[in-house]
Amino acid sequence: MLISYLPILVYLIISIGLAVLIVALSEALGKKTHTAVKDLPYECGMVPISDARHRYAVKFYVITMFFLVFDIEAIFLYPWGVIFKPLGLFGLIEMGVFILILMVGLAYVWGKGALEWE
Amino acid sequence: MIVALIGVIALVSVNALFLIWMERKVAAHIQLRPGPMEVGYHGALQTVADALKLMGKELITPDEVDRPVYLLAPIIIFLPVLVLFLVIPFSPNLIIRDLNVGILLIFAFSSLTVLSILMAGWSSNNKYSVFGAIRSIAQNIAYEIPLLITAMSIILMVGSFKLTDIVAAQDKVWFVVIQPLAFLLYIICATAETNRAPFDIPEAESELVAGFHTEYSGMRFGLFFLAEYTNMFVVSAVATVLFLGGWRGWILPPVVWFLIKVYAIIFLIMWFRWTFPRLRFDQLITFAWKVLIPLAFVNLLVTALAIKLF
Amino acid sequence: MNGAQTMPQTETMVLNLGPQHPSTHGVLRVVLELDGELIVKADPDIGYLHRGIEKMCEFRTYHQCLPLTDRIDYLAGSANNLGFVLAVEKLLGVEVPKRGQYIRVMIAELTRISSHLFWLGTHGHDLGAMTPLFYAFREREKLMDLFEMVWGGRLFPCYFRIGGLAADLPEGFTDQVWEFVETFPKKIEDYENLLTHNRIWIARTKGVGVMSPDEVLDWGWSGPMARGSGVDWDLRRDNPYSRYEDFDFVVPLGSNGDTYDRYLVRMEEMRQSNRIVRQVLENLPSGDINVADPRVALPPKERVYNNIEALINHFLIIEEGVIPPVGEVYQAIEAPKGELGFYIASDGTGHPLRVKIRAPSFANLAALGKLAKGRLLSDLIALIGTMDIVLADVDR
Repeated sequence: MLISYLPILVYLIISIGLAVLIVALSEALGKKTHTAVKDLPYECGMVPISDARHRYAVKFYVITMFFLVFDIEAIFLYPWGVIFKPLGLFGLIEMGVFILILMVGLAYVWGKGALEWE
Repeated sequence: MIVALIGVIALVSVNALFLIWMERKVAAHIQLRPGPMEVGYHGALQTVADALKLMGKELITPDEVDRPVYLLAPIIIFLPVLVLFLVIPFSPNLIIRDLNVGILLIFAFSSLTVLSILMAGWSSNNKYSVFGAIRSIAQNIAYEIPLLITAMSIILMVGSFKLTDIVAAQDKVWFVVIQPLAFLLYIICATAETNRAPFDIPEAESELVAGFHTEYSGMRFGLFFLAEYTNMFVVSAVATVLFLGGWRGWILPPVVWFLIKVYAIIFLIMWFRWTFPRLRFDQLITFAWKVLIPLAFVNLLVTALAIKLF
Repeated sequence: MNGAQTMPQTETMVLNLGPQHPSTHGVLRVVLELDGELIVKADPDIGYLHRGIEKMCEFRTYHQCLPLTDRIDYLAGSANNLGFVLAVEKLLGVEVPKRGQYIRVMIAELTRISSHLFWLGTHGHDLGAMTPLFYAFREREKLMDLFEMVWGGRLFPCYFRIGGLAADLPEGFTDQVWEFVETFPKKIEDYENLLTHNRIWIARTKGVGVMSPDEVLDWGWSGPMARGSGVDWDLRRDNPYSRYEDFDFVVPLGSNGDTYDRYLVRMEEMRQSNRIVRQVLENLPSGDINVADPRVALPPKERVYNNIEALINHFLIIEEGVIPPVGEVYQAIEAPKGELGFYIASDGTGHPLRVKIRAPSFANLAALGKLAKGRLLSDLIALIGTMDIVLADVDR
C-alpha cells in the first residue's frame, strides 16, 4: 500500500539533486567579483536605513489566524467529499451544519471589521 | 520509471521554455508588436538563449543575508515541480502513478511554494523582498481556501481524489457545464495562486521592484522563474481535469486534447495579464475573503443539495 | 513598565523608494516611513537631476538659453521653448506674425498630446496595465516622426525662436498632421476601452489622492492637477497668449479631485488639443513666420550670402544676441503639466540678469507627502503616476 507512494519520495530526492545541480553549474560558470557596494542589499541605490527584518504590522497575523482556521476546516471537508454519497442524508445535514458554523464565523469576522484594511 | 522521470524532466524544462516564449509572443501580439524574432524561427529559441545566458550569470549573495535559508529557498521552490507531474493524467495510459490521493497531492505540494517564498523574502534582508514575501503569503493563503473548496464541489460529484476517476466521471458532460460558477472561481483562484496579473502584487515591479526574489540572480532566480511557469502548467492541468474533461475529445489522440486544453487555459491567464491593471493589496485580500470564500461555500452547499435531490 | 501601561506598537520601517526605482519616473527619491504597508510619512527628496539651468542662463545670450529650456521638461520641449520665447518677446515688445503664432499653437498642442500620451502609458504601467503603454507609445511615435520632420530631432526641438520660428513647416507636413488628427480620436477610444470602465482601474484610482479646490489653491497646483479638482483655470483661455483666443476649445473639469478624475481630465484634454490642431490646420494663414525687426530676427540666408549689411546683421544677432531694454517680465503658459512661468530680468545687455522658472512639476510634487499619508504603498505609486512629474522639470 505504502509502496505506491514511494515514487513521491524518489521524485523529491531527484528534484533536490536537479536543483542543486543547476545552481552548482551556474556557480561554476558565472564569474565571481565582490565589491562592498555590490554586496549591499538593494534599496533603490541608497545605503539601506535600518534592518529589513523587524516586527511587522499585526494585521497580517490576524489574516494568518483566519487562514489557519478556515484552511483546516476545508481539509476536514475533504474526507467527507469522498464518502458523501454512501453517507446519505446524514452526511448532508452533518456537513451542512459544519459549513453553516464556518459561515457564521466568517460573518462574525466580517462584522468585526477584521477584513477591512484601513 | 526511468523513462517517466526523464520524460517529466524534459516536459518541465521544455514547457517552461515554451511558456516564456509564448508569454512574450502573446504579450507582443496583444500590444501590436512582433516580440522576439531573431533567435530561431519567430524567436522560438530566444528563451533557450536566455536560459543559457542566465546559466553564465554571477550568483550574487549579498552581505548580511541569512545564508543557509537564502541558499535553500530556490531549492525548496523546485522541490514540488517534478512531483506534481506524477499524478497528472495526460491520457488514459499516460500517467506515471495513478494515486488515489491525486488531487490532494497536487494541492499539498503546490502549497510548498509559499514556504520557499517566505524563506527567500525573509532571508534576503531586503525590505522589498520582505514586502513581497509577506504580500505573497497573505495572498496565497487567502486564495487557497476558495481553491480547495471549489475543487471540493467537484470531488463531491465524483467521490474520489483520483484524477482518472474525475475524468472518467465526465464521460457524458464536462463539469464546466454543470459547475460554471466553480470553474470561474477556480480560474480566479488559480490566477492568484500562481501570482499572475491582476493578482501579481507580490512581484509588482512598479511597486516592489522584483518582490521576494529581488536579491536573487543567475540560476537561483531562474529556479523561481521555472517554478512559476511550471505552477502555471499544473493549475491549468488541474483545471482541465476538473472541469474540461481531461483528455476527452474527438479524432485527435487524447494527449493532444489534454495539451490543447491546458494551453488554452494558460493562454486565458496570459490574456488577463496583458489586459488588466493590478489590484491593490487590500482589495485583493478583501476580494478573496468577502467574495470568493462565501461564493465557494455556497457553491459547495448547493452542489451537495443537488446531488441529494437528483 | 514603571507602573504606566504602554500600548504595544508596531515598529515603523524607513524605506528608500528611489532614486533607482522603476516607477519614480526618473530620479525621485521618496523617503518613506511605513507601518506594514501603511505610509506614516512620505518625504520626497529631490535634486538628483539639478543642472542649474537658471544660473546657466545668466552666462548665455538669449538665443543660447533656448536649448537649455528644451531640457526642463524633456517630454514637452516645445512648451518650454514657447514659454521662454514669449517672455523674451514680451521684454522686447515684438509680436510674431499670425502664421508663426498659429504654427506655434499647433506644435504646442501636438506636444501636449505627446506629453499626455507618455503620462498615460507610464501611469497605466505603474498600476500594472502594460498594454496601454504600447498603445500610447504607438501614437507618440507618430508624433515624434512628425516632430522629426520639422526640427530634425525628437525630444529637443528648439524650433521656436525669439521673434518667430527656426524655419517654416516642411513640405507635406500639414497633410501628415491632418492624417493624425483624423485618426487620433479613434485611438483615444482604444485607450479608454482598456481603462476607463475597467473595474480594477477604477478601484485603484477612485478616491486616491483627493484634493479639494481650496487645497489645490493652497498648494499651488496648476494644470490638469488643479482642473481634476474642479478649479476652472486654464491660461490658454483665461490669459491667452499666442492667439489661443482664436480657437474654440473646452476646458475639462473634474469634480472629485481624485486620481480617476485627473485621468479623465487628461484624456479629454487630448481630445481638445486634437480639436485645436484641427482648427489651426483649417485656418492656417500664409505669410511671414518671423517678426520684421532686424534687431530680433535673422535676415534670410540668401540675403546674408549676397549682402554685406545683412551679413553684419546676422553676425550681430549671433554674437551679441538680441538686446532687450532694461526691465523684468513674467510670462506663463499652460504647459502640459501645468503653469510654466518664466521670470526674466534684463539689465539691457545681451545676457539675462536673472531667469527664474516656475516649473509645474515642482509645485505639484510638493503635495505628495500630504496625499500619501495614511495610504498604502501601492497608492503612492498611483499618486506619483497621476502627478505626471518629470524630474528634470522639478530639479531644473
